[in-house]
Parts: sequence; structure tokens; C-alpha cells
Amino acid sequence: MSETGFDLRHSAAAFPAVENRLGLSRREFMEFCAALAATMGLPASAEAAIATAVEKAKRPSVIWLHFQECTGCTESLLRAEHPTLEKLILDVISLDYHETLMAAAGHQAEAARQSAMKANKGKYVLVVEGAIPTKDNGIYCKVGGHTAIDMLKECAADAAAVIAIGSCASWGGMPSTGPNPTGASSVAEVLGKPVVTIPGCPPNPYNFLATVVHFLTFGKLPAVDQLGRPKFAYSRLVHDNCERRAHFDAGRFAMEFGDVGHRQGYCLYKLGCKGPETYANCPTILFGDAGPGSWPVGCGHPCIGCTEKGVGFAKPVFQLATLKNVVPPASYPRIVEEQGNSSFAAAAALAAIAGAAAGGAAMLARNLGKPSEESKPSAPDKAE
Amino acid sequence: MTEHAVSHAPAPAGGRLISPVTVVLAALALAAAVVLACRFVYGLGAVTNINDGFPWGIWIVYDVMVGSAFACGGYAIALLVYIFNRGEYHPLVRPALLASLFGYTLAGVSVIFDLGRYWNFWHIFWPGYAQVNSVMFEVAVCISLYILVMWIEFSPAFLDRLGMSGAKKKISKLMFLFIALGVLLPSMHQSSLGSLLVIFGSQIHPLWQAGFLLPLEYLMTAVLLGFAVVVFEATLVSLGFKRAMETALLARLARFIWGLLIAYLLVRVGDLAVRGALVSAFRFTLEAFWFWIEMICFVIPVWLLAAPAGRSNPGVLFAAAVMLMAGGFLLRVNGFLVGYETGAGWHYFPSLPELTVSVGLIAFEILAYIVFVKTLPVLPAQSATPR
Repeated sequence: MSETGFDLRHSAAAFPAVENRLGLSRREFMEFCAALAATMGLPASAEAAIATAVEKAKRPSVIWLHFQECTGCTESLLRAEHPTLEKLILDVISLDYHETLMAAAGHQAEAARQSAMKANKGKYVLVVEGAIPTKDNGIYCKVGGHTAIDMLKECAADAAAVIAIGSCASWGGMPSTGPNPTGASSVAEVLGKPVVTIPGCPPNPYNFLATVVHFLTFGKLPAVDQLGRPKFAYSRLVHDNCERRAHFDAGRFAMEFGDVGHRQGYCLYKLGCKGPETYANCPTILFGDAGPGSWPVGCGHPCIGCTEKGVGFAKPVFQLATLKNVVPPASYPRIVEEQGNSSFAAAAALAAIAGAAAGGAAMLARNLGKPSEESKPSAPDKAE
Repeated sequence: MTEHAVSHAPAPAGGRLISPVTVVLAALALAAAVVLACRFVYGLGAVTNINDGFPWGIWIVYDVMVGSAFACGGYAIALLVYIFNRGEYHPLVRPALLASLFGYTLAGVSVIFDLGRYWNFWHIFWPGYAQVNSVMFEVAVCISLYILVMWIEFSPAFLDRLGMSGAKKKISKLMFLFIALGVLLPSMHQSSLGSLLVIFGSQIHPLWQAGFLLPLEYLMTAVLLGFAVVVFEATLVSLGFKRAMETALLARLARFIWGLLIAYLLVRVGDLAVRGALVSAFRFTLEAFWFWIEMICFVIPVWLLAAPAGRSNPGVLFAAAVMLMAGGFLLRVNGFLVGYETGAGWHYFPSLPELTVSVGLIAFEILAYIVFVKTLPVLPAQSATPR
């Protein structure tokens, strides 16, 4: 109790600075912190810790590199409908180098990156957007005369944390789709060590933001799965929490776009939805803060599996997904319930058993009834 | 009393365990095991014909309902010997108890085969999960307890062999308690098996929907079946092990059977008449057909066992016992399957794998009985004079 009180007083005292910095009301700010705590699956008590961390004037320096990509990840961060999100993105972190957003150009921009790296050596967060071409010594992507490989290695050397945002940076994404003419590779492959990945095309901004705030709050990156994806966001199949899941279990499927089933919101599995083999929290946190239904499957399009290596950009969009761990068990109700059948063989077998039992019993009784009494144990047909 | 106790001290029957009969029985039991393995891997739908309209099939109706009723030999004889104090029937107790032991244990285990989510079976015993107002709860707890009680009742037979005479002495001191429970528990759950039908209400054909009399009818037939099974089993054991017939003993038992049978038929037919259900017995339906077969199975033994001459003829006795068993079997199959209707279109007939399991369970029961009788002191030591 007293701790909470202290935290609140502390927060309240520190708040004017945040208010000035972010241009937010306190209510809006706390809502934002609560949303982040919820995204990460943290208890309500973490909210205060997050608020304290975010309020600190010292924002972590972030260097944001762009390689082979479409800038969709950045766009999704900026275009989030939450009214203050883009402000928070720019103010919670100190975005010192970002080719899309920075006003500087040319050598001036490169100088900003160098100075940020020097000033925050060992403390800055490196965010990489886009795949890195590795073929022919990486000449297919150059910024300021440097190849993507060189830039990445240089920036990663002194970074406190490396986060690969988007599918391209996570495993190569769309640019790595066969025949992969540029040898597009992931951040982890180029650096030769695992990094935190936030795959998605684009990824949900909250997943990225929550990862960064986790780093701010706890001084370390969140727990990740074997592909480097934060577990708070990527530990469940899309299928598990899908709002159309009940239709799947009941065997109600949209068979083509615009048919009766599609219009009634049936399961999109047969249209190629990759929800059953894709790990992501899309159905629970949705996109763009626009309310229910605001995610691909909610709008009637099958999931393309953009967060899953080997699924997104690899499998045809309308190809049937592999059911990863939800092959319906035999105990699930079938679509058409059989009302009972009987086979001739079973009837014959039952009749044979009944006949043999009756016949055996009758013969036994007859033999027993003979006056000779207990002398004839001649009943090899039944039981004994 | 003492004379019987001395001359009928149980002893192992001895003899080879591997014979053509045991091999065939083992093969049948093995076939059942294979089907059950499929059932646990692929689910109930893969091997049974049960469906949403008939959520149980012969695995419940035969293996559990009929199986436990057939296993009432131990109960019926214990009732006679210990409650009505008829000590002369004591030689029948151990063999009957053994048959009951297997019958009930297998009936209890069979329930698991039929449970869709068998891994949740323990819920019914667990406070908080169990629905203590349900008939099924009463049946499940009661049958489980009875199986335990029977193993304790039978334990003197194998404790000796295991060299645990100390434990045997202790158990013997408390045996009166278990014997009392062994009579009380079947009275409770055999009647409750009838109560299950009460709940189904109009889904049960009027010929078998006896309402509040169902528990009584099922209890009476359970005792009847128990006696009939004792006669059946004693006859087959005498033949199979080439022992003297216990005809004199069984003939006296048959008098009880006859009296109880008359009482049962009065209740059964009286109930049908009072409810006006007798009319539907004269309609040309499948239910009426099976009703008449069932009634014939109950009525003919009345006639067979009426005269002392019939009762002392082992052939007639055996025939009456088999008919009574068939009657009790049909009463249960008719009530739970033939006369059971949940809606248009649903029907049920057992599949071959289901039959295989039921036959295999019977085979296993007989096989285990043979093994136990040959190796443990169950049957009374053979006396020279045939009784």
C-alpha cells in the first residue's frame, strides 16, 4: 500500500515534466502505460514502474536502420490511430537516426549517426528494418557509400540491444522470397547471433513499443521464443484466439470470397488462412486502435502468415494451412452427425453368439437332465 | 454348520493352466485388447456405433449393467448365508464371490472404456467436481466401494498364498464389517441402476418405464440373476472340473429363486397393468416382440421350478438358470437400448469391434476364474460322496 502511494506521489511530482515533454494529460499518459503493460502481459503493478521509466527525462538513444524494405514498419508506427502514439514514439525514445523521419540528408545524416553512436556507446538501441542483401558482397543496398552489411555490423558492435523489426529484418521476409536474387538475409544471420525480432508485415506497433518499454523499465529485453520473438506477443497461434475459431470447430467455412459463409463471418481456413500455423497476437490486440474487427481476418481476408518464417511470402496466400497443433481431435463433433449404422456382419456375429449360447445351454441342460446323473461331463462346447 | 465347515474347507483345484479352452479364451481376450487399444488411440467413434442419439452402447448396457447384475452371485449368496443365516449354503460363497469379483471389477473398468474423456473419470470421486445429487454419482461411488470391499472379502484366499497370514488374521477380525458392506452396497447401486431409467422419463418405452418401481424391479432381478448365476456357475464348474454336482444344495436354493421370481412377476405385471402399459405389449412393434421374449424367459422358469422333481433335476435347474439370466439380460437391454428412443432417425446396433470387446471381456473373466480356481483355495475340497 505504502509503496503504491509513494509511487503515485513520485509520479505525480515528476509528471509536469512529462506533460510538457509529451503534451499529454496525465490520464492519457497512464492509459498508455496501462495498455503497454497489458500488451506485455504484465500485472497491473507494472504500470507504475513503466510510468516511472517513461517519465524519466533520460530517453534511450535509438538508431534506426533501413535496408531492403518498404518502410511499412515505420509507417505503421506513425499511422497508428491512437492520437498521441506518434508523439510517444518520438518522445519516449530519442530517435537519433532514422532515414525516413530525420530532416537531415547526405553527409549530415551520416554525421548524426556517428555522433549518436559515439555519445551513447554501449547504451543505444539499434533497430533494423529491412533485409540485408549479402550476395556479391552486399552491393545491392548502399547508404552513403557503405553496404548494408558494413553499416549493420558497425552499428551493432556498440549497441546495448538489437531489435529486428518487420519480417524482412527478422528472417529476410519478402525480399528473400525465391529466387532471392540479392541474397536477402536477416539481421541475426548477418551478425551471426540471435537478436530480438518483431516480425510482421507490418508488425503491430504496440509489440515494438512494448519491447522497447520493457527494455526501459527492466533494463533487459523481454523473454523470446526460439525465433527471437517476444513471448508476450508471439506465443499463441493466431488460430487460438481468432474470433472466427468457433466456426472452425463447428466446421463452418467460407468457401470463396463473397459467398454466404464469407458474408456470415465463417472461418477463412479454406480460403488459405494461415492462422493455424502462425504465431502472433493480432486477434487480441488488433490494429490501428480502431476497435473490433480491425485486423485482416476480422475484415474477411485470410491471414497470410506474415510473422512466420516459411509461411508468409513463402506459401501461396490461398494454399491450405498446415494445422499445427489443432488437428481437431476425434472427440470434436463432426459436421454431419451419423445417426447410427449397423453392419450385416455385426448382426450375423451377434446372432451367431446368441445361437451358440442358446444351443450350448440347451444341449448342456439335456445332457444334465439324463437320468445317468453327473457321469457325463460331455460339454466341450461352452465355457469350460 | 461345523460339519460343513470341515468337509468344505476350500482348496485349490489344481491342474494344468494351459489347455485348449484357456488358449481360446486368451485369444478372445487378446482380440478385445487390440480393439480397446484402437479405441484409446483413435477414439470411441473409430470402433463403436454409438452416436449422439445413443450415447451408450453394449459396453455400458452389457458390460456394466448386465455384467454387474450377473456378478450379483456373491451378493445374493452372502444375503442368504449371512443375513438369512442359512449356513448350509456356505460352500457356494467363495466361488460365487470370485465370479462377482471379476464381474464387478471388469464392469467398473468397462466404464472407463466408454467414457469419451476417460482421463476425467476421477472427477466423480472428487469433492467439488462430483455432483452429489446425481444417481450416476451414487452408482459410481457405490460400485467402486463394492469392488474394493469384494477384494477385501476375497483376500483370505490369496493372503495365505502370499504368506501374509498376519494380515489375514487382522482382516478376518474385521470381516463382519466388510460382509455387511458387501450386502449393503449392491442393494444400493443395483436399485440405482434402475433409477437411471427413471430420469430418462418418456425416452423409455412404457413397457420398461416403471417409474418409482424401477429400482425395486432392478434390485429383485439382480438378486434373481445372482442366484441363477450361482446355479449356472456351480453346474459348469462341476462339469468342467469333473466334480460332484451340488444338486441338493442348488435344489434348495431353487426354492428361493422360485419364490422371488413369483414376487418379481407380480410387481412387473402388476405395474404394467396399473399403468395401462400392457396395451402396448399387444401392438405389432419391435419393442413388444422383445418384451414377450423377455417375459417368456421369466415365466418358463416359474413352471420349471414349480415342482420338487424339477428343482432336483440338474438339467432343469440349469435350463431355468439360463432362462433367468437371459430374462435379466433382456430386461436391461430392452430398457436401455431397445426401448430407448431419443428422437427420430437415431438408431443403434453394436459394431463388430464392440461385440469383440464384450465377448473378450467375458472370455477374460472365465479365464481368470479358471486360473484363480486352479491356483487359490476357492472351491470346497472334493468330498468323496456326491451330494
